Amino acid sequence: MSLDVGLIRKDFPILGRTVRDGKRLIYLDNGATSQKPQQVLDAEMNFYLMHNAAAHRGAHQLAEEATEAFENARATVARFLGAADEEIVITKSATESLNLLAYSIGNAPSNNRFHIAPGDRIVVTEMEHHANLIPWQELAKRTGAELVWLSIDSEGRLDLSKLDTVINGKTRVVSLTHQSNVLGTINPLDKIAARAHQVGSVVILDACQSAPHMRINVKELGIDFLTFSGHKALGPTGVGVLWGKSDLLEELPPFLFGGSMIDTVTMLDSTWAPAPRKFEAGVPNMAQAVGLQAGLKYLEKVGMEKIHAHELNLTQQFIQGLSKIEGIEIFGPTTMESRGGVVSFAVPDIHPHDLGQFLDNQGIAVRTGHHCAWPLNKALGVQSTTRASFYLYNEAHEIDSLLDGIQQAQEYFGRSR
Amino acid sequence: MNLDNLYQEVILDHYKHPENKKLSVEKDIQVHHLNPSCGDEVTLNLTLESGRISNISWEGNGCSISMASTSIMSTLLMGKSPDDAKKILDSFMELMQSKGSAKGDELILEDAVAFAGVSKYPARIKCALLGWMAYKDASLQVEAKSK
Repeated sequence: MSLDVGLIRKDFPILGRTVRDGKRLIYLDNGATSQKPQQVLDAEMNFYLMHNAAAHRGAHQLAEEATEAFENARATVARFLGAADEEIVITKSATESLNLLAYSIGNAPSNNRFHIAPGDRIVVTEMEHHANLIPWQELAKRTGAELVWLSIDSEGRLDLSKLDTVINGKTRVVSLTHQSNVLGTINPLDKIAARAHQVGSVVILDACQSAPHMRINVKELGIDFLTFSGHKALGPTGVGVLWGKSDLLEELPPFLFGGSMIDTVTMLDSTWAPAPRKFEAGVPNMAQAVGLQAGLKYLEKVGMEKIHAHELNLTQQFIQGLSKIEGIEIFGPTTMESRGGVVSFAVPDIHPHDLGQFLDNQGIAVRTGHHCAWPLNKALGVQSTTRASFYLYNEAHEIDSLLDGIQQAQEYFGRSR
Repeated sequence: MNLDNLYQEVILDHYKHPENKKLSVEKDIQVHHLNPSCGDEVTLNLTLESGRISNISWEGNGCSISMASTSIMSTLLMGKSPDDAKKILDSFMELMQSKGSAKGDELILEDAVAFAGVSKYPARIKCALLGWMAYKDASLQVEAKSK
């Protein structure tokens, strides 16, 4: 059974609007952020209309309801990932989740399993988003650790030929993306996680581009931590998720300090609440968590397998169409094996900005630039690319419009010689 | 929206056939400017001789707007005194900040009035300003050196 995209689209008010003087919106920038169904907007508004109070504080009825709403949201996130409730930390963003890990690991004293000493190794990949690169660069600088990475091959997949030398006995952290936000590549986790665990390293997965688009069960991935952002998964901005194995969350020191995350406090010292609370300082982002819950329920109801299959159909249609246009270069795998619905490409003699502007004039929203993955662009030998990224509400005729638009842009920018 | 207002013929011409796009051997100063949101970049060499801009040359990589704007800027400012160049720069800045309401003073800006349409697209104003900001930086550095 395929998706009833027509029915789905009715739930997304923004998809009904026009842009640039009456053009029907074709939104193909889902890798950056997703649009929101009415159910998410209603859930967030309903929290403010009916249940707003500070969760985990106070004994009045609204405080109880706010606490329950927030904890219910956590439970939905846990179910979505195949995890236990207490393994889910609600953060403000995936970027915060990754910084939380980098700072918490950096805070670990020498008797803690997360402790990083000079000469230890942190491993990332060449295809990381800046959010999963810079926190580790900075941690390496603070601790004297060495930052090392796995390179990509000519097809835009990870080169694992040096896996055993890159992830060596000194490695403490391996942090990588599940799916590249530029290439669409889905990385093979089995081998990497096995090698990392063999040398006693933890494995952190940036699932920002995968969790919103395919079924994830953290228990099947062989990893230790996972993060994704709410706003790419139909949820509101201002909410992210961090999953960690419970024994690891327990040992990991906190990062942000303040209200809610404590057990006891005196003027000179404090002790921490058990995880996940010790990682959730301050009044939590309740309305956003509730909105995310509605988004994840929406995705579950449609079905993650169906969503992934739908996106792969669109991806295949787009890549086949692109391959018929002369001179187009596709960055990343051109087969559907281990890839998701993100396609970056270059059109000869048209700068991505100009192509993006031309498409925008037709109502087509794509991303242009380095996609917050500057080192990857350098590895690919390009300054920037154009990226189309698909989601459950995109339709085959939108891909046709994009392909037509690219060809029209070639005519347009070729007009003066 | 008519895209031709943005991509005027003169812009596409300069993009395809840029002027002064080869870094000079001699220079008083070299600057490198980068637009971090897109990666567009310009390296600019500036030489002043007896109170005039005797040479502006550049290299760069970027969209048609940033490259054409740098090209037109280099032709406009060549041979001008730093004071006159500043007037042209100010006039161009004003045009870029006009949100589509100004046409630009053709007597001062000449071909650079073609960028009037850019001011309607907030995301592209930085593209149009890339080379101009490189010149501004270079001229301030030359001025500071001579003091």
